[in-house]
Amino acid sequence: MSEMNKTATSNDLEFKTAVSNIGKYFKYKWSLMKKAGIYYAFIAPYAIIFITFIVLPVIIAIYFSFTNFNMIEKPEFIFIDNYFTLFVEDDLFLTSIKNTMLFSCITGPVGYILSLGFAWLINELPPKVRAIFTLMFYAPSISGTSYTMFLFIFSADEYGLLNSLLLDANIITEAKAWLQNEETIPYCVLVVSLWLSLGTGFLSLIAGLQGVSKDYYEAGAIDGIKNRWQELWYITLPTMKDHLLFAAVMSITGAFGMGAVITNLVGFPSPNYAAHTIVHHLEDYGNLRFEMGYASAIAVLLFLLMVVCNELIQKLLRKVGT
Amino acid sequence: MAIRIFRMKAGNRVNRRVSGDISVTLFLVVCAIIMVIPLYYAIIQSIKPISELYIFPPRMYVTNPTIDNYADLFRLMSTSWVPFSRYIFNTVMITFVGTFGHIILASMAAYPLAKYKFPFSDAFAKLVRFALMFNATVLTIPTYIVMAKLGWIDTYWSLIVPAFGSSLGLYLMQNFMADLADAIFEAAKIDGAKEGRIFWRIVMPNVKSGWLTLMIFSVQSLWNMNNTMYIYSEELKTLPYAIAQISSGGYARAGAAAAAVVVMMLVPIAVFIFSQSNVIETMAKSGIKE
Repeated sequence: MSEMNKTATSNDLEFKTAVSNIGKYFKYKWSLMKKAGIYYAFIAPYAIIFITFIVLPVIIAIYFSFTNFNMIEKPEFIFIDNYFTLFVEDDLFLTSIKNTMLFSCITGPVGYILSLGFAWLINELPPKVRAIFTLMFYAPSISGTSYTMFLFIFSADEYGLLNSLLLDANIITEAKAWLQNEETIPYCVLVVSLWLSLGTGFLSLIAGLQGVSKDYYEAGAIDGIKNRWQELWYITLPTMKDHLLFAAVMSITGAFGMGAVITNLVGFPSPNYAAHTIVHHLEDYGNLRFEMGYASAIAVLLFLLMVVCNELIQKLLRKVGT
Repeated sequence: MAIRIFRMKAGNRVNRRVSGDISVTLFLVVCAIIMVIPLYYAIIQSIKPISELYIFPPRMYVTNPTIDNYADLFRLMSTSWVPFSRYIFNTVMITFVGTFGHIILASMAAYPLAKYKFPFSDAFAKLVRFALMFNATVLTIPTYIVMAKLGWIDTYWSLIVPAFGSSLGLYLMQNFMADLADAIFEAAKIDGAKEGRIFWRIVMPNVKSGWLTLMIFSVQSLWNMNNTMYIYSEELKTLPYAIAQISSGGYARAGAAAAAVVVMMLVPIAVFIFSQSNVIETMAKSGIKE
């Protein structure tokens, strides 16, 4: 409390020292920056491209989201009208949120757990076998358009693989249009997106498991770890936390970004909007109707959704093993 | 107790039952087979002659394999507006230049960020890590405006240059370089090596498996790029675009479509196998570092 009673002069003095300190601070920083000149030169080419094509577009999107803009006339500032319309008047947007949440709340966590589970089981195998299994699980997510084979698997006529199997087994009596029926569409989309979910994060998890030192397990065995589950929870997972976090970011990006895959499977717009996601809504307004302001508001909301999910999951994952 | 010590010496861990190992392996085999069924189906369909393509029920094997579908694919493609070789050239060129440039630029930026502290270094690294979440689809509209301002619409630049700045590359290389021993750099500096030389002669060879991994991710995304937003001219369009046109032909072209899928998956898978042995080692450094 004694500081409160200081005289004006000493306050003044303090202020002056503070100012000169700030000046010194900046001078010091500047000298540091000058010394690091060569490093800025190293970073510059990448940074310029990164800022131009990732940071700048994000800023532009945020700005446009507060305007009415059709690419031809000048953007007109309308404050939060776009957001208001989205939540109050646009029923289709609410549908798209519902679908996105449905898909990503299943694909994200289930895909993540599958990645972790398979990575964990594969990790125990001898190196050669491990390499083969890794390739088999990872291949779908890197082989580009291969998911279009699901068009033939879920095909509406009896030449479709699923139909012929079910017909053979007498489970159904006539061929079903899996990708055209709004009741079965979500299931088809989920199957395909899970099939595609063992991607970058999966590889990272395998590597993370490889990085856990064998000594820890032996020490754990002496300390009374009883079975595989305890070993996983108390030793393996805490040791590879970095990888868990990275894989989580990757599955969030994947789960919320599903758009093209769905379009190729069930068309755009999907029957009765059964698979209409936020990405589709965005494409609808951005690429077809050219309502850029409105589309940008959708994009910004999608960002926010991803960032919030990411924060929550990172918080959750930090608790692993405690 | 004696048994436990003996087992540990043999390299075993707690409570591993043989029955458990067998059931785990069996489970993995079943799951792996389920995963590759669509890929296998694509390969099988692509070598079926017409007579077998339309048998009911559809078969998972082929009795008279043929390469007709592949011939068909190339014939269908040669009837397109521009020669098929042009699509291939475009995609190969974009993939090669994009991957090469991304590896070089991202590694250059990653080196100082991983090894030195200077004003804004941490902030920039954090920004890149945050940007891992932003995917290209969401940024299409503002990116289009940036491209238009640069005059890059309908040029190769619009496809290649953004790939250089992808956040995954810097992130991966930075994590990998962080684990290099500082002693090497100090020794090199005492010997009078300049930063450029250190980067090229010491850093890059030591993170070889890092850029091999990055190559997988980069090749995979560029090879599959079908970005019709910034490109109007047919002669600048890519292979995935051309192939999508074939695949949309439905059953009449079922064989050719399957052949197209196989052609498209060959390159990324080949690149993956090529660097598989390095990948696992690299990805060990891929986690998020606080």
